This record gives sequence, C-alpha cells and structure tokens, in this order.
Amino acid sequence: MKLQRKNRLRALSLGAVAVTGALALTACGSDDNGGGGSASGNPSTSAQASSIKCDNAKGQLLADGSSAQKNAIDAWVKSFSQACGVQINYKGGGSGAGVTAFTQGQVAFAGSDSPLKPEEVTASKQICKGGQGIDLPMVGGPIAIGYNVPGVDNLVLDAPTLAKIFDSKITKWNDPAIAALNKGVKLPDLKIQAFHRSDESGTTDNFTKYLIATTPDNWKYSGGKAWQAKGGQSAPQSAGVAQQVKQTSGAIGYFELSYVKDGLKAVSINTGASKPVAPSSESATADIAAAQVVGTGKDLSLKLDYKTKAEGAYPITLVTYEIACDKGNKADTLPATKAFLRYIASEDGQKILPSIGYAPVPADIISKVRTTIEGLS
Amino acid sequence: MSTAAVTDKRHSTLRAASLPRWTPWVIAAGSLVLGIGISMAAGLDSQVQWGLIAAVLFVLGTFGVAARVEGRRQAKDRVATSLVWVAFLLAVVPLVSLIWVTVVRGVKVLDVYFLTHSMGVVADTEPGGGIYHAIIGSLEQVGLATLIGAPIGVLTAIYLVEYGRGRLAKAVTFFVDVMTGIPSIVAGLFILSLMLIFEMQPFGFAGSLALAILMMPVVVRSTEEMLKLVPNELREASLALGVPKWRTILKVVLPTSVGGITTGIMLAVARIAGETAPVLLLVFGNPFINNNPFEGAQASLPLYIYQQFANSAGSGAAFDRAWAASLTLIAFVMILNLVARGIARWKAPKTGR
Amino acid sequence: MDISTTTDVPPPASQPTIAERKRAARGATRPGDRIFLGLSRGSGILLLVIMAAIAVFLTYRAVLAISKDHANFLTTFEWNTNVLEPKFGIAVLVFGTIVSSVIAMVIAVPVAVAIALFITHYAPRRMSGPVAYVIDLLAAVPSIVYGLWGALVLVPHMNGLFGWLNDFFGWTGVFSWDEGAPRSMLTVGILLAIMILPIITNVSREVFRQVPQMHEEAALALGATRWEVVRMSVLPFGRSGVISASMLGLGRALGETMAVATVLSPSFDIQASLLNPGGGTFAQNIASKFSEANEFGRDALIASGLVLFVITLLVNGAARLIIARRAEYSGANA
Repeated sequence: MKLQRKNRLRALSLGAVAVTGALALTACGSDDNGGGGSASGNPSTSAQASSIKCDNAKGQLLADGSSAQKNAIDAWVKSFSQACGVQINYKGGGSGAGVTAFTQGQVAFAGSDSPLKPEEVTASKQICKGGQGIDLPMVGGPIAIGYNVPGVDNLVLDAPTLAKIFDSKITKWNDPAIAALNKGVKLPDLKIQAFHRSDESGTTDNFTKYLIATTPDNWKYSGGKAWQAKGGQSAPQSAGVAQQVKQTSGAIGYFELSYVKDGLKAVSINTGASKPVAPSSESATADIAAAQVVGTGKDLSLKLDYKTKAEGAYPITLVTYEIACDKGNKADTLPATKAFLRYIASEDGQKILPSIGYAPVPADIISKVRTTIEGLS
Repeated sequence: MSTAAVTDKRHSTLRAASLPRWTPWVIAAGSLVLGIGISMAAGLDSQVQWGLIAAVLFVLGTFGVAARVEGRRQAKDRVATSLVWVAFLLAVVPLVSLIWVTVVRGVKVLDVYFLTHSMGVVADTEPGGGIYHAIIGSLEQVGLATLIGAPIGVLTAIYLVEYGRGRLAKAVTFFVDVMTGIPSIVAGLFILSLMLIFEMQPFGFAGSLALAILMMPVVVRSTEEMLKLVPNELREASLALGVPKWRTILKVVLPTSVGGITTGIMLAVARIAGETAPVLLLVFGNPFINNNPFEGAQASLPLYIYQQFANSAGSGAAFDRAWAASLTLIAFVMILNLVARGIARWKAPKTGR
Repeated sequence: MDISTTTDVPPPASQPTIAERKRAARGATRPGDRIFLGLSRGSGILLLVIMAAIAVFLTYRAVLAISKDHANFLTTFEWNTNVLEPKFGIAVLVFGTIVSSVIAMVIAVPVAVAIALFITHYAPRRMSGPVAYVIDLLAAVPSIVYGLWGALVLVPHMNGLFGWLNDFFGWTGVFSWDEGAPRSMLTVGILLAIMILPIITNVSREVFRQVPQMHEEAALALGATRWEVVRMSVLPFGRSGVISASMLGLGRALGETMAVATVLSPSFDIQASLLNPGGGTFAQNIASKFSEANEFGRDALIASGLVLFVITLLVNGAARLIIARRAEYSGANA
C-alpha cells in the first residue's frame, strides 16, 4: 500500500506526457504536399499562378459522388486549392452515394453519372430552400473496356460479343466469335474473367444502356445502376475493378479511360464504321458532340448517342454531372462551391480533361453550364 | 490400454525399444525434401502445396516408422505430437507472413515525411502524401471514445461487483455479455441513424461514440474480473474502521486493482483503434488535416488503409501507403499491448489465482 | 482478455452481509455514498439504455423497410432497394455468413486446440512462453490489416490450392472450380480462420493450464503416453472451455466486416462450389452497399443488420450457457 501514492503520481505523469505529446503532435503536421504552392492558408502567394477566381471562397467543401470523375476532380482540386486555399474533400463513393449525401444535405455538391431521378429532385427540394437540385454536365469520357490477356495487345470486340462475354455466354478467350473479330491475333485458351461493379454505379448504368441500345437480343436485362447479369466477378468502384483486372490473368472489366494505365489495355470497339475505334478523349468527344440537352429549366442533363456509326466516334461514353442547388445552397459553402464549379467549367478547367483521359463537354453546352453557374444562389 | 501393453512384443527388456531423439527431425527433413521433389516433378508452383504435401508425408512417415519400431501406442503418441507440431507450423506460416509482409512493404514509404504530412491534394493513385491527418483523427476519436467508454465501463463494473444485487444487476450482466457480441458495423449503423435524425454532418466524434459503445462491455468485463480478485478482507477491514463504502472503494478496492483495470482499458483501446467498419460509416474520411473532432470530416488510420486499398486502382503507390499505414497501426496497437502487459505484470495482485 | 471465460457467479469473497446489502439497497445515508452509488448504478442503467436504444431503433427501421419489401425478406435472392418496387432478401447473406463461418470453425478449432496443446504440453519450455506471447499479440492485429493481407497476399496464393482441390475433389461439386480469381467463400473462410485462431487459442490455453496437475500425474504414473494423458485428462477437462472459446471465435467470424469486404467478390446468388466467386455475408453486404444506398436502402441494410444482431446474440447466449455450466464443473474440482 505504501507504494500507491507514488504509483498514482507516476500514472498521472504518464497521462500528462501522453496528453502533451498529443497536443504537440497536432501542431507539427502539414497539408503541404502539392509541390509548388502552399496548399492551405495562404492564398495570395500562389493565386497569381492562374486565372482562377476565388471570390470569398474559404474553408472546406465536402463533396461525394461518382468515382468515374474522381480522377478529373483530383486534378481540378489540385490546381484550385493551390490557388484559393479551399480544401475540397471529394470522396469518390459512387453516384448513388453522392446523390444520397446531397439530398440529405451532407455535401455541398455531388458528382453523378446519371441525372437526378424525379423522386431525387423531389427529395432535393428539402435541402435547396426555394429551389431544387440541378444537373450540370462537366466531364465527358469514354468507358473503356480494359482487359488483361497475356500476349494480346490489340483486341477488337463489338457490342454482341461484349454482351455475351459479360453475360457469361462466351467463356474462353479463343472463342470463335472473338477470333472472327481479331483475325491474325493469337488468342490464348484462357478462361475469361468478366469483372463488374459490386456497388451501384452510373458507369454500370451507362455501359448497360449501351448494350441495351445496340444489341437488345443479347442483353435482355432492364438496365440500371445495379448489375443484373448472373455470373462473373465483382469488385467495388472503378478503382476496385481496375485493380482486379490488373491482377487477374484473363480478366476484362469496364471503367473510365483514366484507369487504363500501368499495363492495362483497352478494347477497340467495332461500331460498324470502317475501322474499330479505340477509346480516347478525341473519339469520345466526337460522340458526345452529338449529345442533346434534355433537361428542363436550369437542369442540363444530356442524352447520348450510343448507336453511332460515325468514323472515329467511340460509342460507350458517359457524361458525369455535378449536382448542386439552383437556389438555396448553404450560405457558408456557396462562395466556394460557385468558385470551384466556375473554375471547372472554365476553359482552363476543361482544358485539363483530355490529358487525363476524359473528354471536355461540347462548347455550346458548356457555355450554358457557365451561365447557370453564375446564377446559382 | 492394457491390451496394448500386453501385445507389446518387446517385454524382454524393461524399456521398450525407442527411436533415437533425432528421429522427428530426420523425418521432417526427409518429408520436406520429398514434398518439394514431388511438387517439382508434378509441376506444382505454389509453396502452399509444397508445404501441405510435406506435412502429410511427415505425419505418415512418423506413424510408419514409429509403428514399426515402437508399437502402436507409441506410434499414436508420435503421430499426435507430429500433428500438433504441424498444426503449429501451419498456423504460424500465415501469421508470420502477415507480419513479415506488413513490415517489409510498410517500411518502403514509412519515414518522417510520411508521418508528418497529410494526403492533401495528392491523388490516390499518385505517389507521395502521408498519414498525419489519419493519425490525428485516430488519436482523437479513440481518445474521446476512451474518455467516454472507460469511466462508464469501470463504474458499471463497480456497480456489478460492489453494489449489484437483484434484477437490475442481473439484467446489466446479461446485456453486457450481449453487447460484447455486437458486430462493430451495427454500432456504427446505430449512431448513423441518430445522426440522420438530427441531420448532422459526419464528424470525428460520431465515430468516437460508436467506438465507445464497442469499448464499454470489454472494459466492464475485464474490470469486473479484476475487482473480484480484490480480497474481501481488505474491504471488511476498511469498513470496520468506519470508512464509508464509497471511500473504501476509491481508496482500497480501486488502488489494489488499478493495474489490472488499466491493462483491461488499454487492451480495449487497442481493440477499438483497429475498428474500421463503424468509422467508415461515420467520419467520412478526409485527405486534409482536421484537428477538430467535433466539426467536419476526419480521417482515421483504419479507414485510410481501406481507402488506399479500395481507391488504388492497382497503383503500387497506394498499396505502399496502405502497408505503411498498416505498419503504423500495428505498431501502435502492439505498443499499447506491451505497455498493458507490462502494467499487468508490474501491478499483478499478489493474491488470487 | 484471456480470463473472460471465468465465472459470472460472484466469488464468495465479495458476498456482503445482510445488513450491508440492506444499506446498499436503501441507498446509503452518507451523501458521498449516495452520489457514488448513483453514479455507478447510473452507468449500469446507461448501458441498458444504449442496448435498448440499439434494439428498438434497429427493429423500428427494419420494420419500416420490410413492410415495403416487394419480395419475401427471408427467401429472396436479390438486393435491389434503389427502385420503385424494392426487392430484397437475406437468403444469400444467411447462407454466405453461415458457410464462411463454418469453414472458419472447421479449420480454426482443431488447429487452435493443437496450438494450445502445443503451448501447454508439447513445446520445449523455452519456446512455449514466446509462442504464447506472439499468439496473444496477433489477437490484437486489426481486421483491416488482415483484410489487406488477405486481398494482396493470400488471394494470389490460393490459385494453386484451388487447382489442386479441383483436380482431386472437383467431382464432389463443392470443390469444383471455374478458374475464376480465388475470391470465394473458401478464401474468406480461410482468412476468417486465421483471424479467429489467436482468440480460440488464447482461451483454450487458459483452460488447458487449469487442468489439475493430479489428473495428469495420475495418468502418467499409470504409464500413459503423452497423447493418452492429453486424451484422457486434458481434453475432457477442457472440452466445455474449448466449446465456449469456439463460440467466441464464431461470434467474431459472423460479424467480421472489412476482411470479408476486401477479399470476397460479392454477388447475390448462391454458388454450389466453395471455390467459385460469389455470395455475400451480412456485414460485408452492409459495408459494400451502404455508401450507395438511399434512405430506404439504409433501412433495408439495417434490417439485415438486425438479423445479424439476433444471430450473434444467440451464439453468445449459447456460449454463456456453456461457460456457466463449466463454472459448476470446475468448481467441483477446485
């Protein structure tokens, strides 16, 4: 018992050391890892680097949504936060996650591969006081069909073959249907591992829309964000699918073109044009140029042309939207949201897209987007 | 067993014939070589198969040799021994591999820069960035959870041991047990639902609440055990001197068991520090530093590991960061464990077991 | 906590006198006593309130979701909540959760018992201490690290084993393999087995340590071999302890989230073969569907969480009963 007093003192001092240690720790970390400019707190030093208008943007923006545009947002966030000192925390949790978080008022804006559905618009009216959620097309892009087949560098497929592969009707890489499209290519006797998304996803939605539009006989599902076909394997999010395709010999999967790197290869699509089209920023732009605005009012949702046979137009594309309130955005996040959206819709912002595997939104549409953004309140 | 003794043929000498002590080693080496040989011949490329073949050969070989020389009873004994060894090796291989891989791949990017910088604007697929923001998030969330969970847990245990009689105590005991079995994701769902009702944004403290729920029953159970070890004579002596019961508990019972209680709390802390599921639902994750657990999204180490893994798109840089963060987390948990054990040994009650 | 198997029955040591009990019940006269009793009783009540809140809330949300389910909640092989006529059911999840846990138990329990025996009875003395220590520490490795290791190290290593199982046991159907990436129930089961191994080992070891020395010495004196000692005195004494240890492990395997979510290739159908990817577990399904779910979808996931909650409750209840019985048994021996 004699020792207790001393021990308690010792325990107390231990605790004190732990607390002061933690306090000291909180002071020594840094967010600054963007290379040149300071990432936080000091906007003036690096603002001259670009033409980004910051207004009164400050603090941190929460955003969530489509993993399809995550790579584009990452690139935009980098230049934007260096210029304005606003931290934009975009979590690529998926379109559904983004819309859910948006309609619950958890995020300032959401990214989505599909426009808001009527019931989601209704839900958004609770958050947007006096207004509603609107779709702003910001990023276009091809959905690449990535594959990992040893010894095959240039694979061509068409819509029916794709549908059969993803529906587990074609199970070997040396299947006659594939061989017919790839004359002269030595296809291995390897099992096809078709990967799809395990979560709900706008990428899945757009990919299956393409299959339904072009080859309804081979793809008899109703479509939607959830994968419906049986068989195959699944992984969460585009990054997960890309990761699995990269790791698995004989794998094929669909994701955004920006994930096609580090040894992944993408399928060229035989659309009926004179030669197969590879996914690229240009070929997707060619397809998106034919898109039409179908949204009403300030909403700018688009309709894409999946059946295109135009030369050099890649048919499997998607347009991802940013979703924000037209009226009634939260007062404290409005300046930052507006500044960021203005930047990404600007020429500077759209200019970045082709270099990272996306396609810019056609000029006439993006100019409408810019007008709409200026009107956000 | 008696029949076995009778059928033992070597009753001419007092001691039955027995294999030399080096036999198991020789059989083990032999089966290993043979296992690799067979695998090579059959063109098997997985070390898992080599190991399994060698293990089977070892057990069979031991039985064969022992049955010949020593008789069936001894052979059975030898087989049991070799099975136990094989099981031990079988289990040690993945566990060692886990630690080995984490250390080897974790040290690649683990340096001062990594520990003192956040991810900031570094994209998940690019190299660079660090885990400072996640460490801060984890420390704050776990710290707050401990501040809530530990006192409630200890007080509940005191109630159960020192006061608790009757229906309420029985109910508490039962539900503490039930609570121990709550899957961590259910605790997360519970807090999330509260947040949805009050329309709150994700923030670090929400994670703390879920972690505190997971921590309480563990603390209650361990503290209960420790308090029960305190000999009743101490209490009686104190009460007999006219010391009020609450002072008896504070000044006699708790100091006597403080070592064990601290150990229990630290083990509970180690456990919740590695919880991912509730944090995944509640704190949102954040690549930037957020020192305020009560407002705004925060990161946490386990969540960071998961995000680096899930968003990697197979990029080596993200995997390296995930491993390095795992190494940091394991180191943290292990240190807590070691300290807890140290305290337990240092303050082990002299009475009881 | 290795000692968690010990009894709930308060030892005679802390039995208070009747007078004391009455005083405690009446609430003590001194203000300090009253405050302290109030605080500690309050904490106990708070625990009850939290539990009640969890149960009530889960049930409430679950009822909301199930009442709008356009399919049978128990038998549907589908999880589609983000549409006008939501259809979801837990059949696949029940199957997957049970299968993966059973695989984990089948592998982990014998191995864990063997390791516990190794530490207490077989290992060279110099080795047993450190081994026990290392296994103890491994119980504390966070599950996300197991998940990371499982996805990046274990899965690639399973290819050979799967091919082998397919070659020799493929005819059973249970072990047939279509050469998909080995992200299947068997891999999940193996990973879960590795994860729960330290827990079961720790508890079993404590039980084996408590085997009365006299029993073993008596067997040895009769000329029993080491195996016979183990079989006749150690295992019977430890049986109920091992069972309750296994139940604790089972509880953890049932509710494990991250390790399953990183390793499994989820799908909403039941695979006859353990080697083909597909299936899902409760916790994994919640984690992977959660972020995409709208409010109704979250309620549906909460409904599945409630089922998981009830299952783990039953398992823990069973473990508790067994432990209680063991307490009587070992009490007679003491």
